[in-house]
Amino acid sequence: MTDAPLLKAPARPPAWRRFAARVVGHGIVFLCRAITAVHADWRGIEPSARQRVYFANHVSNADMPMIWSVLPQHLRMKTRPVAAADYWLRNKIRAFAGGEVFRAVLIDRRADQWVDDPMAAILQALDEGASLIIFPEGLRNQGPEPLQPFKSGLFNIAEARPDVELVPTWIANLNSVMPKGEIIPLPLMCSVTFGTPLRREDGEERRDFLTRAAAALLALKPEERA
Amino acid sequence: MSPFLRDVTLLALGVAAILTLLTVLGERARHKRPGDAGVGLFIARVDSWWAMAILFTLAMLAGEWAMILLFAIASFAALREFYTYAARMKADHLSLALAFYILLPAQFLFVYFDLPRLFTVFIPVYAFLLLPFVSMLRGSTERFLSRVAEMQWGLMIAVFCLSHIPALMLLDLPGHEGDGRGMLLIAFLVLAVQLGDLAEFYLGRRALGPLGRKRVVPGLSAKTWEGAFWGLAAAGLTGLALFWITPFGPLSAAAMGVVASASGQAGALVLRAIKRSRGLRDWSHLIPGQGGFLDQLDSVIFAAPAFFHLTRLWWMTG
Repeated sequence: MTDAPLLKAPARPPAWRRFAARVVGHGIVFLCRAITAVHADWRGIEPSARQRVYFANHVSNADMPMIWSVLPQHLRMKTRPVAAADYWLRNKIRAFAGGEVFRAVLIDRRADQWVDDPMAAILQALDEGASLIIFPEGLRNQGPEPLQPFKSGLFNIAEARPDVELVPTWIANLNSVMPKGEIIPLPLMCSVTFGTPLRREDGEERRDFLTRAAAALLALKPEERA
Repeated sequence: MSPFLRDVTLLALGVAAILTLLTVLGERARHKRPGDAGVGLFIARVDSWWAMAILFTLAMLAGEWAMILLFAIASFAALREFYTYAARMKADHLSLALAFYILLPAQFLFVYFDLPRLFTVFIPVYAFLLLPFVSMLRGSTERFLSRVAEMQWGLMIAVFCLSHIPALMLLDLPGHEGDGRGMLLIAFLVLAVQLGDLAEFYLGRRALGPLGRKRVVPGLSAKTWEGAFWGLAAAGLTGLALFWITPFGPLSAAAMGVVASASGQAGALVLRAIKRSRGLRDWSHLIPGQGGFLDQLDSVIFAAPAFFHLTRLWWMTG
């Protein structure tokens, strides 16, 4: 990661830009569906308007748009991804997509550049009523293991806002759509499986909770077929 | 009104009448047995048939290009379903991209530009030789033959065989040049096969006669010999009833319907075996009540090449 200066996160944009953001948003949904026919499997929850944190496996930059695309419109409007400021504020196009189309809660991963506490931004978004999409592995998983160890953010949310449903969300097959190092995406079918929500039990330790959450997420992974 | 437009209108009205009848039957069943899963599935299927019939009619009215585009899109979706569950590795990425983005559009462009020679040899010969070469370049030999074989199989089924449906428009039927009869031949094929399948499914599995309990392939499918017979009979009757939209006489139209349905029923079993070997119930969820495009098109895919060549060989030389 370079230390080039980042753009400022935009304040509330003018009406025409909000309109453009909606059009682009619908375009992204259409594209995700047209290429991967992405299918939502609501295994553990109904697609209802409860406040939720969807925590998902992370193999590709397209993970977040995928979850975002399978959410019904009325849920999508209230759902914000938690994303890296150092990625989404790198140039104007990304700032538009991240800040205005996805309305991401932007977190600076570069610890030395922290302006605010990242948890504060996440909790503020929750207190404003938003649902969130987070990737507790932090960085994209490019190794052979299906999941990397979780970072603490998920536990901190569970501790600070115990009423919010934490929904394990497995994104399947996206890795074969565009494996690392390939330029052309393949139109293969993907699915997003929503599992049964998790809550932190009383007195549950950080590590126990994170292990349990990772196991709940991994349990949604479809069997390999060969 | 041109004869073609008149025939399309009559056909559309006929299909709409059948679908209305099925819709009414479905709604009555739902009234009698609310919440019944089988009834819900039936209604979802009928709704999907409505959508297909409307799309198909619009494509017929819009012209050949629309019909080709419609089947190219179906082919894309079918190939995607097949390749999603095929043996493949990262080394096949470029070959698969070629299949989706170059070979598939090329095959349907050959139909559009009326290039029957290329249409016939392109995938079985050139793509057959090209794809394993491209896959080999990455140097990965793990399960190499399985990978290239499945890749080629997917292309043959989802693109080559399927493209024979719009290719029916290529046939220059003597005395019918350029009057849109080819397009009605597609409607004939699809209706004969689909109504055959419908009869097979809803009549054949009720075990009416002594053959009603005898499965064609035990352990794979619930299809019974009696069901297969009802399917052929219904396809034959459909053929007879629709002979006026074809260049065939009444009896040959009935025979063509039976042949198409036989080939289609065989194909449905083969694709079912593939699906079973992958551990799948449906290929996808894209068509409500039917599963995926391959689930919907399995019979027509197998019926199309047989129908195409029979029409060309037997009728056009006769």
